[in-house]
Amino acid sequence: MMAAIIFAFSTAALLQFFVSYCRSLIAASARTSLSPEVQDVIGIKQAASGEDFARVMQYLHLCPERREDRNRVQAIATYFRLLSFLRSAIVPIVPSLRAWTEHERSQCAYFAAVALDRRIALSRDMLAEQMTA
Amino acid sequence: MDQGAEEKNVLGPFEYVVWFLGIILEAAVVVCAIIKGSFRRYLALNLYMLASVLVSLGRFKTLTDYGFTSSEYVYFYYYSDLLLTIGLYFALMSLYAHVFKEMGEGRYVRFGSLLLLLGTAVFSFGIVQQSSDRILSRFVVEVSQNLYFVGLVLTYVLWGAMLKLRETRTMLIQLVLSLGLYFSVFAASYALRNLFPSLHGIWPFLTPISGCLLPLTWAYAFIRLHENARLAPGRLAVVPR
Repeated sequence: MMAAIIFAFSTAALLQFFVSYCRSLIAASARTSLSPEVQDVIGIKQAASGEDFARVMQYLHLCPERREDRNRVQAIATYFRLLSFLRSAIVPIVPSLRAWTEHERSQCAYFAAVALDRRIALSRDMLAEQMTA
Repeated sequence: MDQGAEEKNVLGPFEYVVWFLGIILEAAVVVCAIIKGSFRRYLALNLYMLASVLVSLGRFKTLTDYGFTSSEYVYFYYYSDLLLTIGLYFALMSLYAHVFKEMGEGRYVRFGSLLLLLGTAVFSFGIVQQSSDRILSRFVVEVSQNLYFVGLVLTYVLWGAMLKLRETRTMLIQLVLSLGLYFSVFAASYALRNLFPSLHGIWPFLTPISGCLLPLTWAYAFIRLHENARLAPGRLAVVPR
């Protein structure tokens, strides 16, 4: 009985800490503006939508990885999957969660777009270095 | 110790890779903190990571000398785990001190944490005394499990206080959230072990991977975040404020 209570509390706390941790990662990128090139490529001008996430991630995987953001991108991809699960499984039962999940999914897409922007900049720098070498 | 792992006397390549990855990450936390000038500011956290590296090396020595299923290794593992958990508990208290520093409540926090630590030990001792004849070894396991849960509750309370006090320091926020993730994973996995003892096959994989979580996120916080970086705490609450 005690173990069941501990397990339930720990799982709930784990989810809550995970959501807050992911939001703290996303919060930093929310203040960053996208470069015009990336806006043109992915078609996101100001606000992203959750539907953009998969497409942006495909672009992201085409670019050389930056070691600094690899784990963050993985964490946010996991968060996005969790939100998508919530949207398909819980939102039909609790409709009031719809707006929250959509907002969070769009934030994830914007985070991925900012990561893509940084990876493109890195690729450009690497190319420039090779040209000058 | 995991029942599945007890059947063999040596570790496989996966266990070794994750183990050494964990040691490297723990050392990386201290190196990153020194490079960024945060070593003294977060002294308890860094001392805990240093102790973790030393304990890991000690465990490796015991493993190579006596074998994985030896009582020497099992005793060393659980006693060092208990000491590390207490160390992490003090690291958590230092985070409390950071949050409540400006309110001048550090003395009460220290007193309260010591009281809770003693209470957990007495509670665990009481449980073990009723249920086991191998009292000392079971006591060590029991108190470790309870400390993980108490640690989780305390981190949860700290996180609630940070949201209430509108704490904005990004590094402090990420250090606390990482600790919360770590405590919840371990508390949940210990509880799951008690609920489903037959699931012993997954612990040799799950436990070491979970152990890498804390050094990975702390190293990231130290190396990537500036001490003066700020963010709006209202953005982080699961229920928007």
